[in-house]
Amino acid sequence: MDFRFTAQQEAFRQEVRDFLRSELGPDWRGGKTHEMFSREFSRKLGKKGWIGIGWPKEYGGLGRPHMDQLVFGEEMLYGRAPSAAHILAQNMVGPTLMNVGSEEHKKKFLPMILSGEVVFCLAYTEPQAGSDLASLQTNARAEGDYFIINGQKTFISFAGDADYGWIGVRTDPNAPKKHRGISIFIVDMKTPGITTRKLDTMFDHTLYEVFFDDAKVHKSCVVGQLNQGWYYITQALDHERVFMAATIAGYQRIFDEIVEYAKSTKRNGIPLSKDPIIRQKLSEMAIDLHAGRLLGYRLAWLLEQGIVPFSEASISKVFTSELEKRLGNLGMQVLGLYGQLQRGTPQAPYDGYLEWEYRFSPMQAVGGGANEIQRIIIAIAGLGLPR
Amino acid sequence: MNLDLTEEQEMLRTSARDFLTKECPKTLVRKLEEDEKGYSPELWRKMAELGWMGLVLPEQYNGMGMGFLDLIILLQEMGRNILPGPFFSTVVLGSLPILNAGTEEQKKEFLPKIAKGDTILTLAFTEPSVRYDAAGVQIKAAAQGDSFVIDGTKLFVENAHIADYIICVTRTKKGTTPEDGITLFLVDAKSPGIKCEVMPTIGADKLCEVVFKNVKVPKSRMLGKLHEGWSITARALEYATIAKCAEMVGGQEAALDMTLAYVKERVQYGKPIGSFQVIQHYCANMWMNVETSRDILYKAAWNVAEGLPESANEVAVAKGWINEAYKFVTERAVQCHGAIGTTRDHDIGLYYRRAKAGELAFGDTDFQKELVAQKLGL
Repeated sequence: MDFRFTAQQEAFRQEVRDFLRSELGPDWRGGKTHEMFSREFSRKLGKKGWIGIGWPKEYGGLGRPHMDQLVFGEEMLYGRAPSAAHILAQNMVGPTLMNVGSEEHKKKFLPMILSGEVVFCLAYTEPQAGSDLASLQTNARAEGDYFIINGQKTFISFAGDADYGWIGVRTDPNAPKKHRGISIFIVDMKTPGITTRKLDTMFDHTLYEVFFDDAKVHKSCVVGQLNQGWYYITQALDHERVFMAATIAGYQRIFDEIVEYAKSTKRNGIPLSKDPIIRQKLSEMAIDLHAGRLLGYRLAWLLEQGIVPFSEASISKVFTSELEKRLGNLGMQVLGLYGQLQRGTPQAPYDGYLEWEYRFSPMQAVGGGANEIQRIIIAIAGLGLPR
Repeated sequence: MNLDLTEEQEMLRTSARDFLTKECPKTLVRKLEEDEKGYSPELWRKMAELGWMGLVLPEQYNGMGMGFLDLIILLQEMGRNILPGPFFSTVVLGSLPILNAGTEEQKKEFLPKIAKGDTILTLAFTEPSVRYDAAGVQIKAAAQGDSFVIDGTKLFVENAHIADYIICVTRTKKGTTPEDGITLFLVDAKSPGIKCEVMPTIGADKLCEVVFKNVKVPKSRMLGKLHEGWSITARALEYATIAKCAEMVGGQEAALDMTLAYVKERVQYGKPIGSFQVIQHYCANMWMNVETSRDILYKAAWNVAEGLPESANEVAVAKGWINEAYKFVTERAVQCHGAIGTTRDHDIGLYYRRAKAGELAFGDTDFQKELVAQKLGL
């Protein structure tokens, strides 16, 4: 057993840190969802060769092992590097195309993704298909060399900014099992018949509803095989996992700021850091972060061994998302009444970041497979409990 | 990074599990809870034959020369099986300080006998003030010719009633700091003036009150240097704390396994209760605690084994986390078992009680959190 990163990994960590500091500046606070979306930054990162660092070399990636990707992910998250414009394409679209995509798709999209030129949105969820995703109803009807798409998607991030949509639709309504009648399409978001409508969230992020009204797309838009979409959806999650393994680094940054505040702020004449209750709370969070970080390391380690860490990924997702809510609450508690001040208020510590974090933090436990579903996956797939 | 156990470690785990399952059934555990001695000399002998007492001792002292992480693996299995007896007090609390701080004569005298299973040891640290730190050491040892005379009371001394030697942490002078002026002695447990009484405890783990009244110890039995015993003690406690964590992680694993087996089999409303989502969520939460505890244990133990500067903080983090995790897992385990889980006849209660006992040993959660807070610079 050895918990050390290699000297090369530590050097890579420093290189990433230096790059982010020079690109984003020492005062970069970032973090809010719309600030994390920057085509300009994604292009810079692409130029540096740091999109798809884990992709195989034959597809233009750096072929770096999972542990290197973990290090990279940690620094990107700790530095709050704006990655939203390319992250979905890098983690989901690209790897799925490499596995099952046509030559045409690979040739067209992979280079664009690596250079940070293209933005995808992921559109699976529908008003009636949330956790029960396989019940999705948006349908594509074959008509000669084309498909006609009708239906509605909802809670879609960046749909208003995206160049392409990666969508799950029903192509065989008569399939014996609902999972078997789903296909993935890549659609140009400018296709006539596709419209979006904003859906504002309490954490200042704009989600979108996406409507398909007789949107006509060529059959070459189908990803891989027709009616195999469900398998692609579930397999693609694998590639997200190594990124997930780094999650705690983002929370560590928030925690470090809370600790810094507690050390430098006096209340009732004594530094907050000397208050026994605050000490216990901060210490408890430090221990929580330690636990979460090791779950991530285990995840990356299993991936590096070629093991698909199905339950471990769910455990990590549940643990870190619930930790984030505790962290959001802790931040506001330590700041006291100042904690409620929003960005732009002169008296707001950290320019209101922690106030925003409290509003944002419930999102992770809801999105990406609600924690209730994750726990059932853990129990059935991981612990062998009966259905 | 490498998060796998070695092949040898996996083998040690398997053979320890097989041995303990066979040789230490829960009927024996229950019997020994009531037993005056609290251990089975026959089982003790068999463990010695396997070389367990000398697992981490060098070969020159008849040990097996294995590493600290190997001992952690073994302790994890002992915790899984809640093995009663003086292994922990002899090997972790006793042999490691002698190995680390003893003179060559002391090592030659004690270690081979420990390895053979002929000597039982323990460490007397805590006092009625029940502090976990240096300031808690108040029991006096005064120089008198070629000897020292110890006077005072130690509490919660594991297995003192059966120990051949007690390593006693004493105060030999009032130093400038609480850490200054502490000295350790290897005290013959049969010395005149020692009175020892087992205290009934939640973990039935034979914790004793030991009263020292004018107990004479020859100078040659001093462990380490005069007044400079705190660093030895701190190191011993660090080993002990992470070793206790190993037992507690093993206990969690067992409680989870027993619960999974039960909820798959127990039928209500015509279905195994493990098919109900609420039970599935409980079990997922339990597993999350076991998984995190295991990795935290290994990382801290690895830090200790490598002698890294962060090891003290890693151990505090580990104990702080594992204290709470073990209690959580065993509490949920009782709940999933329902009424049967609350009976004396059922094994799960053995673990529920030991989880709390484990928390109290070598620093409860509040204490560990304070250490972590200090490390954060608060």
